Parts: sequence; structure tokens; C-alpha cells
Amino acid sequence: MASTAPLVVQASLLRRLQKELFGSRVDGLLSIALLAALLAAGLGFFRWALFQAQWAVLGANSTLFAVGRYPVEQQWRLWLLIGLLALATGLSWGLLRAFPGSGGVRALWPRNDHWAAAILAVLALWLPMALHLTPAIKVRWWGIFALLLLARWAAGRYGKAIPQTYRRLFPLLWPLLYLVGMVLISGGLGLVQVPPSEWGGLLLTVLMATFAILLCFPLGVLLALGRRSELPLLRWGSVIYIEFIRGAPLITLLFLGQNILGFLLPGGFSPDRVWRAAWVLTFFAAAYVAEAVRSGLVAVPAGQLEAARSLGLPMPLALVHVVLPQALRVALPATVGQFISLLQDTTLLSLVGLLDLLGTARTVMANPMFLGKNAEVYLVLAILFWSCCVALGLGSRGLETRLNPHSPSAQKA
Amino acid sequence: MFLLRQVLFAGSLLGSLALIGCAGDGDGIQSQKMAAIKARGSLICGVDGKIPGFSFVSSDGSYSGLDVDICKATAAAVLSDPAKVTYRDLSSTERFAALSSGEVDLLSRNTTMTLSRDAAGGNALAFAPTTFFDGQAVMVPASSGIQSLKQVAGKPICVETGTSTELNLADRMRELSAAYTPLKFQSGDQTFAAYLQGRCVAVTSDRSQLAAKRTGFPNPAEHLLLPDMLSKEPLNPATINADPAWADAVRWVVYSLIQAEELGVTAANIDAKVADAKANKNLAQLRRFFGVDGDLGKQLGLPADFVVRSVKAVGNYGEVFERNVGTGSPLKLERGFNQQWRQGGLMYSPPFL
Amino acid sequence: MTSRPESPPWWRNRRYLPWLVQGVGALLIGVVVAFLLTNLLLNLTARGLLLSWSWLGQPAGFDLAETVLPFDASLPYWQAMLAGLVNTLRVVIAGLVGATLLGTLIGTASFSSNGLLRRLARIYVEVIRNIPLLLQLIFWYFVVFLSLPNGRDALQLPGIVLAKSGLFLGSPALIDGVWQAPLRFTVEFGALLTGLVVYTAAFIAEVVRGGIASVPNGQWEAATSLGLSPLLTLRRIVLPQALRVIVPGLNSQYISLAKNSSLAVACGFTDLYSVAETTLNQTGRAIEVMLILLGSYLVIDLVISALMNALNGLVQLRER
Repeated sequence: MASTAPLVVQASLLRRLQKELFGSRVDGLLSIALLAALLAAGLGFFRWALFQAQWAVLGANSTLFAVGRYPVEQQWRLWLLIGLLALATGLSWGLLRAFPGSGGVRALWPRNDHWAAAILAVLALWLPMALHLTPAIKVRWWGIFALLLLARWAAGRYGKAIPQTYRRLFPLLWPLLYLVGMVLISGGLGLVQVPPSEWGGLLLTVLMATFAILLCFPLGVLLALGRRSELPLLRWGSVIYIEFIRGAPLITLLFLGQNILGFLLPGGFSPDRVWRAAWVLTFFAAAYVAEAVRSGLVAVPAGQLEAARSLGLPMPLALVHVVLPQALRVALPATVGQFISLLQDTTLLSLVGLLDLLGTARTVMANPMFLGKNAEVYLVLAILFWSCCVALGLGSRGLETRLNPHSPSAQKA
Repeated sequence: MFLLRQVLFAGSLLGSLALIGCAGDGDGIQSQKMAAIKARGSLICGVDGKIPGFSFVSSDGSYSGLDVDICKATAAAVLSDPAKVTYRDLSSTERFAALSSGEVDLLSRNTTMTLSRDAAGGNALAFAPTTFFDGQAVMVPASSGIQSLKQVAGKPICVETGTSTELNLADRMRELSAAYTPLKFQSGDQTFAAYLQGRCVAVTSDRSQLAAKRTGFPNPAEHLLLPDMLSKEPLNPATINADPAWADAVRWVVYSLIQAEELGVTAANIDAKVADAKANKNLAQLRRFFGVDGDLGKQLGLPADFVVRSVKAVGNYGEVFERNVGTGSPLKLERGFNQQWRQGGLMYSPPFL
Repeated sequence: MTSRPESPPWWRNRRYLPWLVQGVGALLIGVVVAFLLTNLLLNLTARGLLLSWSWLGQPAGFDLAETVLPFDASLPYWQAMLAGLVNTLRVVIAGLVGATLLGTLIGTASFSSNGLLRRLARIYVEVIRNIPLLLQLIFWYFVVFLSLPNGRDALQLPGIVLAKSGLFLGSPALIDGVWQAPLRFTVEFGALLTGLVVYTAAFIAEVVRGGIASVPNGQWEAATSLGLSPLLTLRRIVLPQALRVIVPGLNSQYISLAKNSSLAVACGFTDLYSVAETTLNQTGRAIEVMLILLGSYLVIDLVISALMNALNGLVQLRER
């Protein structure tokens, strides 16, 4: 028995491969052509990546790419923040496993987690070496990774022992951490102020994206409700806003915010340009989120609102407790899609002279030492953005299954 | 209609209140800008950020260059700390909009002074003295065999958009009645990247920039500067017309660096020179220059010893030039026109009287 | 409820309350807008930049790299802007066609019987959608298109030459080291078009996939049992039904393609935005230029929307 099992698996795999790739003559030819093309492209890429590309540009400018011109003597604050983030991530991850949604396996380390941990471990161990970071920084990264895994293990192992009253408060950790992070980054409360003009690189990109994502969502929901309101002024106001924003390219709006807003405000009074860009991104994304949410609102039968109202619920309560939960669940994929494009749109900041990740990259490549290293830098940026966007997408899909009313875990609600 | 008029009235009332509020401060010297800078505690300086030797961010994230030193000297004069500068990278297309909408206090970004940029009916800028005399030139690969501008006819030329370079090129090619294809890029780094990749047969820019970029090329010897000088390019820091007091302050900060070189005052010896001047009443010129006697600084709305602060921060003009673009720097530029007038150059400061 | 004990005061009356709130809201918005406009007027007056349009008639003084309409530096600004607009339209129209074709191809490929092709289609969508377009444009221009061979080494087929300076069609000839041909597209145009097509196609593929998936399986089976080939089934039976779902989805993709074309500045193509930036820089007329710019894109978007709505009407009509 034991000796034949692998053989059976192999045989069925082969059969499946044959059916999938060589089902008919046309399919076979197509498969061969595609395989050949893939092979050629893969070989060419590896030859370039291993023998021609010069990756030194990344290691030499790693600090610039990561945090821009953030003052060196204040960078311990960012390390502290990364440590806290790792801790919070580990705890959340572990707790999710201790209390799986939709009747999933209640294992301390499900198979997916093995993969995730292994990938993380490889990245955490190999990246600092590959970038030739200084030993002190390497050790810090390894420490942070160890902290993450430790928190993950502890929360998974002992998470159940925490009384429910405290566990309920746990999600509040993230908004709290965001506020702490903002203080750590910008200063105040006894810390030295670091003005936004000195933030840059990945730090600026992430800050801009999270800020805009957090704020555009409530704004978008309000706009979507306004667009479906019976009050004409509210409705037309929302429609005009949404359609105007959706009709204008982001780059022109950013330019307006950066260079023309000064004309509209009394002399000298104008928020920092980084925050102005963040607000432009927010207002821009809000119009798109509003459209996504509207598609969710359309999907909620009109009877729901009528029923709630006839039960005596005032309009705001009926909206918040009855209509919005259903609408947002439907609108979730589209909304996250907008968040993903928002994250991608932060690259446009480089066109108005802000030093986000792409802006930093262009500054680095203007350095005569690193002239013509375009492909290396852009490839790494692409991988970075890709992983962030895919992570957002996967997170949204996970949330979708957790929120799905037909999944076992949600039935209790 | 009545409602509309009322709203407009309320709005204009608010607006004028704000205006009055802003015009109120400033001790004697009416400069909103300077008051705003002092209140903010930092000077917002518009720079390019991508031109080695003029303004450039190094791998450790610090700015350096000739344009940057002008920002530092001004900050030292106004806020007595050269580090209190907030740099803002500006592309050539957004620089004037940023300056006139008040986004930046001072534009120190390789900007050529021209009539239309200076005039009230044009960009309405106020120019400080020239910090670098330049001229537009054209660079070609040596292998192309091109010897003069005329031979570039019919071929693509890379140029940064929104610059006077773009206009000069159009003018000169029309004079030569030669057709050409201008390939325009938003920033200098893209322009040179496209040239290096062979998209254009030639690239045009200020001579200093071409020389500066060439030093960074993989094989500098394979690129030639054509002898044609397309234009005069005096590069000046700029402020806005609307605040003449601020423009004056910047103008004389720049002059102070030039005058310091003429008087042999350097960052290293300035303390000794000031001590000399304080001790010796006969050094009248130095005493006025350093603010020991008279109120030259006050008249500009600056501290009396603004010259001392500026020169201490960045050195005199010669030192600034030498450190950033001179023969000791990677750019290896000769002083040329930028020599002091006594040495036959164009650097000439009016008297500090 | 027959007797009305006490009617609420008028300011809490359900009939007036919404209007009251709206009125106050409108007043507030009006005050803010008036405040901003007053500032604008004051600031513009202080800088001597009051709105004027006469500069549009002055000679531009700069040249443009590639134009459909004849243009040189002695022509006025409005013609320069027009040339930029035509360039934008050119890339938008070509992009719409290209992205629709490629997107439909990839969207249908994810229903192929070939497993490899199916997975590749998924990978394409997942990779392209998640990388910022600006990054892709810069990559296409500086890494791919500018690495093309030049001069004598250019890629040559009968009647077609692909070189670093562009794509040349119709008996190209090498004159003085430069390719010349009756029909030519520059690499700047090529990079922008490729970037836009590749990026938008990933989104269109998803729209198409969703549309095809919305057609019930029975339709496929019925067509197959009638002896129709898979390709014919797709073209005659499935796609027409899928279009009802696809067309509304395409509308927003088309509009974002049109707006994304303003990223042309990243790869040196002289579109409307690029010309506007140069104009703004030379004239200092920031407000006027931005108004023209916003207006133009708004009109383009409205036209696309109107056309797509008309198409939608046609597609939906067939349902009956």
C-alpha cells in the first residue's frame, strides 16, 4: 500500500497534466509554444539578474529608499515603531489562529502558516545579507522577526486563556498603534519634531496610502449616501463632486493642490505640502469609494430600509444598523480595489516633486554613481508595490469569507 | 440674487480681514515674507535636487551644491542658522507657480534671468544677483561625427521642458532654418537618461550642467561639447515682485558672499577679521561690512551682522564655487566668467555703504 | 392619532427640517467658496495675474516633437494646446482599441481548455493590476523601448522598421543615419500606448471574465450539443449575452484610460498635459491653463460616457 501510493499520485498528476496541456492537437501546439516562450523569458531574466544586473545601488541607498531624509539621530523611533508593528502583527495573527473563523482547523500552525512563516524567515534572514546592511542593522531586523514569531506563537498558544472582555478590546490595538505611530514619526509629546518634508521613500508612501485609505472610506460612504438622498441639494452636491473628481486626472488635481492652492488661501496660511498631497489623494479616492459603496447600496432591497423605518428607527440609525452593513459587505471587493489603486496612485506624488518611493528612486538614479541602473531599481519597486497590493487583495478576500452571512462562523451574529 | 450678494459681501469681508491681519506685523520693514519665515522658523527653498554641484541629495539624505549654499546663507542671515532650511524639489515646469503662489520663499534652482520672468506683466519675479554665469551648449557623442549645430538638423534633440533652454533651441534652429525634433522631458535626469540610451543624437542644456553630467557618464571622453554657444544663461536666485523688502534682503545676502571674496574674508578667517575690525577703528569698510558700525543690516530687516552669519555658514563666493563646482570638485569647472571682476570676471558687488 | 395634541414647533417639523439643514449647508458652502474666490482675486491682483485669455493668441515660441496638425514655434499658444489635445486623443483612441482587443483576448483565455493558457491569463491579470501604471510606463520607455537597436541594426521586416527612434511603416529608408518613412510612430508614443494598453487590458480582462461567467452554463452546453464549435459558441452565443454585463464595466475602464494618458510626461510624449505644463511655465497663467486642462479632460470623459451609454442601450435592447 505504502509503496504504491506515490505512484498513483504521480500517474494521476501526469494524466491531469496531459488533459490540461495536450487535450487536443491545438492545445498541444499552444502549450509547447507557450512553454518555449516561458522558458526563454525565464532564462533571459535569470541571466540578467545573476550576471548583468548590479544590485549595489539598492544596498548603498537602502536608508534613503526606506525613510528618505529622516534625521539619522531620530531613526530609533522608526525602529521602535517597526518593533511595535511586528508585535501587533504577531499577536493578531496568533489570535486569528486561536479563534478561527468559518469553522476552520483549530491548529496552532496550519499549513498555510508554515508557508507564510517560511517565506518571512527567508526574507528576514536573506534580505539584510543581500543588501549588505551594517551588522547592527542586520541584528535589528533579525530581532524584529524573532519578536514577530514569538508573539505569533504566544498568542496562538495562550490566546484562549485571555478573558473575553479583554479580547474584545483587542482590535482597538490597531487604531491606537496608528496614533502612536504618527506621534513617533512626526514628534511631539516630548519628542523632537520631524517635519513632513524630511519623510521620504517607503515611509512616505506607506503613510500617504494609509492616511488616505483611512479617511477616504468614511468620506466615500457619506458621499454615496448623499448621492442616494432624497434631499435635492445634498444629492446634487454629491453628484457634482463625484463626477467632477472622476472626470479629472489625478495629476492635475495634485498640481492644483501643490501649486495653486496658495492662491486660494490668505497669504502664508497653507498646510504643509505633504499633508496637502495626502488630502488631495483622500478627496480623489473618496469619489471612487463613493461609487463602489453606491453599487453596494443598490444591492440592498428597498424593503430593508422601509422595514427599519416602519419599526420606528430614525433615518440615521436605520442606515447605520440595517442598510450599511449589508451594502458594505457587497461593496467590499470594489472598495478594496479602490484602496489598491490608491496605493498605486501614490507614485504620482513623484511627478509633483515629493520624494515618495518612486521620487526617491529618481533622485538616486540622478546620482552619477548610479546612472543607468534603471531596470534594477524599477524591478524592486515593482515587486514591493506588487506584494503590498496583493496582500491588500488577499486580506480583502479573507475578510469577505469571514463576513459572508452563509459561512458557519457568522451565523451566530 | 440678494442672498448671493450677501454671501459675496461676507466672503470679501473675511478675506480683507485676513489681509489686514497679515500686513500688520514686521518691525518697520514691510516684508510679509520675512515675518512669515521668522514665525515659521525655517526658510522654504525651492531647488532642483537632481543636479550634482548645484543642488543634490547624497546617499545619506543631505542636500549640497551651489544653489543649496545660497539657501543656507540666506537662512543663516535671516534665522541665524544655516540648517533651518526646508528644501523643496521643484521641476522646471512647476517652479514659478510654486514661487508666485507662496509655496517657496526663495527659488534657488538654476533659473535664468529673462525679461519676461522679471517683468510685472510676465512671471513677476524679482531676481537676486547672478550666482553663476552660464551659456547654453549642445553635447553629442564623439562617434556621431557632428561638429556644429547645423549638422544636428533633422535629428532628435533631448531637452528639459519648461526651460529657457527649450526656447533658445527653437530660436536658434529657426535662425539656421533647420528642422529638428525636440524630445522633451520633465526633469534633467530623464533628459540625460534618454540621451545616454541613444534616443537623441544631441542633448542641450547649460554648459555647466552638461559638463557636470558628463563627469558621471560611464565614458566621459566619448561625449563632445559643440563650440556653439546658443545663449547667455545668467543663473539667479529669485523671489516675487510683490515683496520688494524680501527681494532686497536676498539680493544683499548674495552680494555679501561676493564682497567677502573681494575683501579676502573666508569662513576660516572671518572670526579673526571681525576681531580685527572691532579692535581697529580705522578699518571703516570692514566695520560697516560686518555690522560693527552703522545699521546696514537693519535697513534690510536683517540682523546687523548678517554678513558674518552668512559667510560663516557657507564661506565666501569663491569658497562656495570651489567646493561645489570648482576644480577641486567632481565637476572640475573653471571659474571663467564667474571670476571676481579684478581677475577679469563678472562677479562684482556694489559697495556696502 | 385623530386628535393632534401639539404639533412640533416649525423648526422641528419633518417637512421643513431637511430644507433648513440644506439651506444652512448651502449658505456655509457659499461662504467658504466666496472666501476662497475673494482670496484668489486679492492674491491674483497683488501679483498682477488677473484672469485674461489674450495670451492664447501669442506665439508659443516652442516646438513640439510630433504633431498631426502642422505646428512650429511661431504659431500661437492655442494651436500648441490643440496639437497636444490631438495627440492625447490619438493615444486615447488607439489605447481604447488596443486595450479592448487584448483585454477580451485575455478575458476569454481564462476559459480556455488549455490549463497553461488559463493560468497564464490569471497570472497576467494578477501581476499587471498590482503594479502602478506610472512605474510600468517608465519601465516600458526607459528599459524596453530605449534599448531597441538604432540605425543600421534596427529590426527590419519588409515594409516595417522598428528602431530606437520609432516604428516606420511603408518602405522605410535609412537617410543620413536616420530612418525616414511615410508613416511613423515615435517610441514615446509607443511606450505610452503599450503601457496604457497592457495596464488597462488587465482590468478589461476581469470585466470580460465576469461577463462571460455570468452567462449560464446551460447556454454553452446547448450550443455544443447543437454541434457549434467552441469558438463559434463564444462569438455567437456567449459574448452577445455577456456584453450586457461587460459594457457598463468597460465604461469606467475607458475613462480611466483617458485620464491615465496624462501620465505621458513620464515618457516624453507631448500630450495635452505636457503642452499645458510648458505653456503654464512660459506664461505664468496657472489658473487659466488648469481650467483649460480640467475642462478638456471632463469633455473627453463625458464623450466616452455618452458613447458607452448609447452602446449600452443597443446591447440591452437585444434582450427582448
